[in-house]
Amino acid sequence: MNALQQTKYFAGAITISLVVSIFFLWLVEAPLVDTAKLLVEGAFGTNQRIGDTFMIWVPLLLASASLVVTFSAGLWNIGVEGQIVAGAVAASFVAREVQGSTAVVLTLMVIGGFVGGALWGLLVGVLRVRGGVNEIFGGIGLNFVATGLIVYLVIGPWSRDGVASTGGTEPFGPQAWFPTIDGLRVSPLALIIAFVALVSVMFLLSKTHFGLRLRATGKNSLAANRFGIATSRYLLMAFIIGGGIAGLAGVTQAGAVYHRLVPSISGGYGFLAILIVLLARFRGLWVIPIALFFATIAMASFQWQLRLGLHSALGGVIQGVLVLSIVLVMGYQEGRQHREQSNIRGNTAL
Amino acid sequence: MNAATFAIIVASATPLIFAAIGETITEKAGVVNLSLDGSMLLSAMTGFAIAYTTGSVELGLLAGMATSGVVAFVVAFGGIRLRVNQIAVGLILTYFATKLSALLGGEFVRKPGPSVQKMSLPVLEDIPFFGEILFQQNPLVYFSFLLIIVSFWWIFHTRRGLDLQAIGERPEAAFARGIPVNSLRYFYTVLGGAFVGLGGAAFSLDAKMGWSEGHIANYGWIALALVIFGGWHPLRVAFGCYLFGAIQIVALKMQPTLPDLAQVLPIAPFPLMILTLVFLNMRVVQSFTMRFGGIGRLIRGTAPSALGESFWPD
Repeated sequence: MNALQQTKYFAGAITISLVVSIFFLWLVEAPLVDTAKLLVEGAFGTNQRIGDTFMIWVPLLLASASLVVTFSAGLWNIGVEGQIVAGAVAASFVAREVQGSTAVVLTLMVIGGFVGGALWGLLVGVLRVRGGVNEIFGGIGLNFVATGLIVYLVIGPWSRDGVASTGGTEPFGPQAWFPTIDGLRVSPLALIIAFVALVSVMFLLSKTHFGLRLRATGKNSLAANRFGIATSRYLLMAFIIGGGIAGLAGVTQAGAVYHRLVPSISGGYGFLAILIVLLARFRGLWVIPIALFFATIAMASFQWQLRLGLHSALGGVIQGVLVLSIVLVMGYQEGRQHREQSNIRGNTAL
Repeated sequence: MNAATFAIIVASATPLIFAAIGETITEKAGVVNLSLDGSMLLSAMTGFAIAYTTGSVELGLLAGMATSGVVAFVVAFGGIRLRVNQIAVGLILTYFATKLSALLGGEFVRKPGPSVQKMSLPVLEDIPFFGEILFQQNPLVYFSFLLIIVSFWWIFHTRRGLDLQAIGERPEAAFARGIPVNSLRYFYTVLGGAFVGLGGAAFSLDAKMGWSEGHIANYGWIALALVIFGGWHPLRVAFGCYLFGAIQIVALKMQPTLPDLAQVLPIAPFPLMILTLVFLNMRVVQSFTMRFGGIGRLIRGTAPSALGESFWPD
């Protein structure tokens, strides 16, 4: 009954988002059939494009995995963008300083990036737990600081010889490049890292005591505390793990996509991942197809712009419409169900 | 620093004043509208687009207000009627409105358009020093002064302001006293949103004239941060806005002489804000401020206790 009702609402939400999306397509005079065709072709039409789609999938998966951890602890980690940047900066530091074989350098970049992101996340956590600074505020503030740091590094101490531009640092040496399969831009290693991170998060949250306590902290911090859970420790752990995984997205962006540090290294994927995780209702398994779909739309946006002359923001508008309608409609459904149940309980009590 | 520099600071802080005070009003009612960074962009775009096509700056400003008013209404509808998490709705709207502003604003990019005209206030403009800073500006700036004073007076010194505080602090108690909690929350959310929109349009029609993609990106987040830094108190929020504006202008002025410091300075407000909050949140400081009435409240700056929570009269 409930599942049926839920499906009905879900179908309704999808219909609404389709209708609204088509309205926007009509508004910008997009040819409907070609636009729809290019959605699939743009992302999967050639091997190159499949590779590029997967390349966008990686940071979305990692940032989403990061957010699943912090969301489970009841935290709004808007600071995820800054944690991606911190991971990229740490990985770039390793890539610039460490000489050695590819295996050694990449391993150190991954470790360094995780630590960098974790520390940046921990900073938000400490401010929240010890300083009484809300994590949304701390996260926003540290995002700005991270952006300032990366711009400073790119035009300052890490600038290319003689050119102080925001274009990026000198490319890394070849030992710091994530290996790719011939002709494709995606690195299988990056994809593996993303999946390992996501699966680890799912395992950690659903199969371990730690995960149970973390979720208890997120559901009802006060009750968890009375139950004997040191909630502030779990909040800090959520920021360390979440920040670290976000840092990995920075590592792959720097090491597998740009091969250098650029100011826009996060590509806004951290913020987009918030939408993905909201749509996935914080469940890791759902993150996988939704992140792929979002990567598909991002790829399609390039093709829409290239071949149909449509604005590159069109894909983002459609993503926004989709998430907004589903979150609103499903939220309404849940609230209704909740009220109906409490009504029934109220009646039996009488 | 001469009077002219101060005048620039006041003018440049004006859009932030509208946005941050607007959000303060909304949050005082217990609703958090996190969509600012997107809705300001969208308002900047619609404001400019309408002013450009009609030639009327006034219509542009109104269009900007209406745009963010509608966005705020979605937040209120989602948070109050549908009981969806307000933060979630706000973040989604941030993304959506940002992209929408880019999509629909394409044809207005970098076009020269109308802007708010300077209008010195007679008599007042002749006050030495302060006249130049405060009263040789444009009507938007004067309206921002008015908004600061009226919102402060309304929230803390009127009967309706008490109701506003009550629905943000203790909605159950307010409801028991016969205050229509949710209707008022709708009202203040949309009202606050309209001021946020005025802030957005004030960028494209005054402070940073014109429109381009991502024209004022980040100012929404800055406004949100300033509400918290300002402790949900209109006067402190306004102080934060001017301080922020001052740091930006000083950084700009230092660009030729001290380029390195000028690069870092625009970021400085954020660690400063965070450290200030950490300091003010310390138990010693909090209990110290309890000894003082209005001033203590100004320094303490605590969030409305029911902020972001939905209220259901059963």
